[in-house]
Amino acid sequence: MLMETSDEDMAMAAAGGDRAAFALLLERHYNRVFALAFRLTGRRADAEDLTQDICAALPAKLANWRGDARFTTWLYRVVVNASHDARRRMATRAKAANGWGDWEKSRQAESAEAADAQDWLSGAMAQLGDDLRDTLALTLGQDLTQAEAAEVLGVSEGTIAWRMSDVKKKLRAMAAQEGVA
Amino acid sequence: MSDDFDKLKAALQAAPPPPDAARRAENIAAALKNFDDHQENANQPRPISDRPIEAGLMTGVFKMFSKLSTNAALIGSTSVAALVLGLYITNSPKPGLITTETPPELAIPDPQLQSAATNIDDGSTAAIPTPQPGTTVTREEVSQLGVVQDSDQAAMADEADTSVTPRERGDVTAALENFAVVDAAPTNAPRSQTTAQSVTGGAIPDLEMSPAAPSVAHLVAPAPVSSDIITTLPENTEAFANEEQNPVKVTIETPVSTFSADVDTASWAIARSSLMSGYLPSADSVRIEEMVNYFPYDYAGPDAGEGPFRPSISVMPTPWNANTQLVRIALQGEMPALEDRPPLNLVFLIDTSGSMQGADKLGLLKQSLKLMLGELRPEDQVAIVAYAGSAGQVLAPTPASERNTILAALDRLEAGGSTAGQAGLQQAYAIAAAMMEEGEVSRVLLATDGDFNVGISDPEALKDYIATQRDTGVYLSVLGFGRGNLDDATMQALAQNGNGQAAYIDTLIEAQKVLVDQLTGALFTIAGDVKLQVEWNPAEVAEYRLIGYETRAMAREDFNNDRVDAGEIGAGHSVTAIYEITAPGSPALLNDPLRYATAEPVEGNGELGFLRLRYKAPGEDTSQLIEVPILQNDGIPAQDDDALFAAAIAGFGQILRDPKYLGEWGVEDAIALAVMGRGADEFGYRAEAINLMRLAGSLMPR
Repeated sequence: MLMETSDEDMAMAAAGGDRAAFALLLERHYNRVFALAFRLTGRRADAEDLTQDICAALPAKLANWRGDARFTTWLYRVVVNASHDARRRMATRAKAANGWGDWEKSRQAESAEAADAQDWLSGAMAQLGDDLRDTLALTLGQDLTQAEAAEVLGVSEGTIAWRMSDVKKKLRAMAAQEGVA
Repeated sequence: MSDDFDKLKAALQAAPPPPDAARRAENIAAALKNFDDHQENANQPRPISDRPIEAGLMTGVFKMFSKLSTNAALIGSTSVAALVLGLYITNSPKPGLITTETPPELAIPDPQLQSAATNIDDGSTAAIPTPQPGTTVTREEVSQLGVVQDSDQAAMADEADTSVTPRERGDVTAALENFAVVDAAPTNAPRSQTTAQSVTGGAIPDLEMSPAAPSVAHLVAPAPVSSDIITTLPENTEAFANEEQNPVKVTIETPVSTFSADVDTASWAIARSSLMSGYLPSADSVRIEEMVNYFPYDYAGPDAGEGPFRPSISVMPTPWNANTQLVRIALQGEMPALEDRPPLNLVFLIDTSGSMQGADKLGLLKQSLKLMLGELRPEDQVAIVAYAGSAGQVLAPTPASERNTILAALDRLEAGGSTAGQAGLQQAYAIAAAMMEEGEVSRVLLATDGDFNVGISDPEALKDYIATQRDTGVYLSVLGFGRGNLDDATMQALAQNGNGQAAYIDTLIEAQKVLVDQLTGALFTIAGDVKLQVEWNPAEVAEYRLIGYETRAMAREDFNNDRVDAGEIGAGHSVTAIYEITAPGSPALLNDPLRYATAEPVEGNGELGFLRLRYKAPGEDTSQLIEVPILQNDGIPAQDDDALFAAAIAGFGQILRDPKYLGEWGVEDAIALAVMGRGADEFGYRAEAINLMRLAGSLMPR
């Protein structure tokens, strides 16, 4: 019964200054945030950092909570935005032409901890570009419908559908290249 | 090829690694702390002095340009928006980026949280304010936003605010509205209090917090910003203790002036720190008596057997007014033979909250305490209590001879977490009491950036607590570090109630002065509850004005009441008080004589007034009285450097505070006077003061 307080109500309470509600919300959704962060970044360490940033910024952002979307949608939006910011910062730092992708790959190369599957995943994700990666993480990773993903990303549903087909196209191209190489 | 797509899908859906439990706990704790900060900031009264809402935009722009040399404006002018918003941050001179460390682990088990959630179900949700778009934006929100927009180097939190999704990307107006919601919701403040109460009331106290004890205060505490990420200072939250400047009093109406001794020096150091950062200190931070008392003077000390201190009085012409005179009352404390000093028990109570992060705070603190260790003797004992994240005893009472042990303990201190001052203070007092032995001196040395009110339900209760401890013989001194968060008011209150000195340490040089050169004075009280009362003779003095000591004013009847606390004088301390007096018939009189008062002609006898002093010997409850007449011919010798310099500093303090009694006399005159009175100036304090005065002169609007 306790758990039945909806996320939205809790968020509203938290936005109004209710500390317990905020703590509970965080407790409920932390793992979800981390999972999406992981899917967006492809690296555990980055995901931890990103989650931390999000947690720290959440109180201020929650003050903007209007209750006009589902809380998870809103939260995912926060995560995606935060990951965009993180990428921008990394790109600036790395000053690599290909930005995050190259930087990420070089770090991946250094890091022995990354498993092969994860390597492939983050490698593939890195090559897909930011938009497609976000879309994939939300739809395939978090099991959102295309409509929900569209709402999180602030694009139309059609765009999501188009991006999904684009993903398939690019994957084919990548596979072809690998075949050549 | 859908193979790859499926592979991608499988990889994405494969369970992500579980989040690191420790990081999770840390992150949640950090978020909760920020949550508290956010609430606190949202509910604070406006940090800017009142200004009519209708005040023209140009007023602000003007103000901005007049302060363009300040850090705030320099940091903040990256875009037009930042500039326009920047004018609102002029009162917070040092917004900036600080990097703080990870807060303490804070494990929040689910069940308790759920029970905490019960509170929400208890109907508190009913009271949730509905956000009202379009509410008027008050300056505070703008000022917060201004800071946010300014930090182009981009704390992640701020970037997230100013960038991204279509919905949030919105223009500044939308952002302002959002900010407004925080404040405009009228039920906001009461609600968060309710929450705090309900939390303390039962739901959360069972929470397991990894650093055992002082938990509740910790949790409920709104705390300084701290987390692994770069965070902007929300705003300058400094608070200063001060009163209205002492007015000119008419002698026949109020012939008696009573105040308590003050040996604090914090105000000068704060002013220096402001000036060195390129802006004038705020008028409220100026306590003239602390500025004057900052400097060592060569007053004659008491002879053996005379008493703990000797008063000396001199009269000199007022530099800024040819028709008045300055009466300088100086007390010089005796310097007991250092070899005979009793063993010392010191408990360092060190604020390690997140806001202490930084080279000018915890870093400087560590260095300062290391300097001080060199002054201690093998029989002295040191214990360290940290409060905040790493709350608890960091170092058990250790003889000062085990220098390495103490240094290692100091080095282990790290900033992070919120401030649970009260719990730390109680622990420090408990340790100090345990260390206490017959004939020893015990003192708690609180080192903080002043953000100490956190976790204390009732500041008055805290003061009472310190006062009670004071009566058991454990004194409290306060060392302030860092700016931006400095709660000078609390520091003053704590030190005054704890029979201690409040000093502000902005540089290692200052640490050397306070903790090495003047350590004996800071730690060994020679006279307690020192009160001064001057009765002016209306025949000789028509008007008088005490310069400074506003926060130390006492009621006339409290002078003889030994139950009323007053300031302490430490070994070797000197106290200077300056009155400006106006003789009857002088053209400088500010008040016209009363038409209907019966003017009783009084024969002048050469006595300007009569000084009474009360003090208690350490450990005694009954005060002793010293009486000295103030004579017209207490003239200063032809060249009394100390008097000239003290007058220069008193004048300079008034310039910073409110120059209304100074006429045309300005910084240049103060500098000239200070140069005349520089004297031997063995350690260069006066030379430094002169340079700071010159700096202040350049910073002043012409």
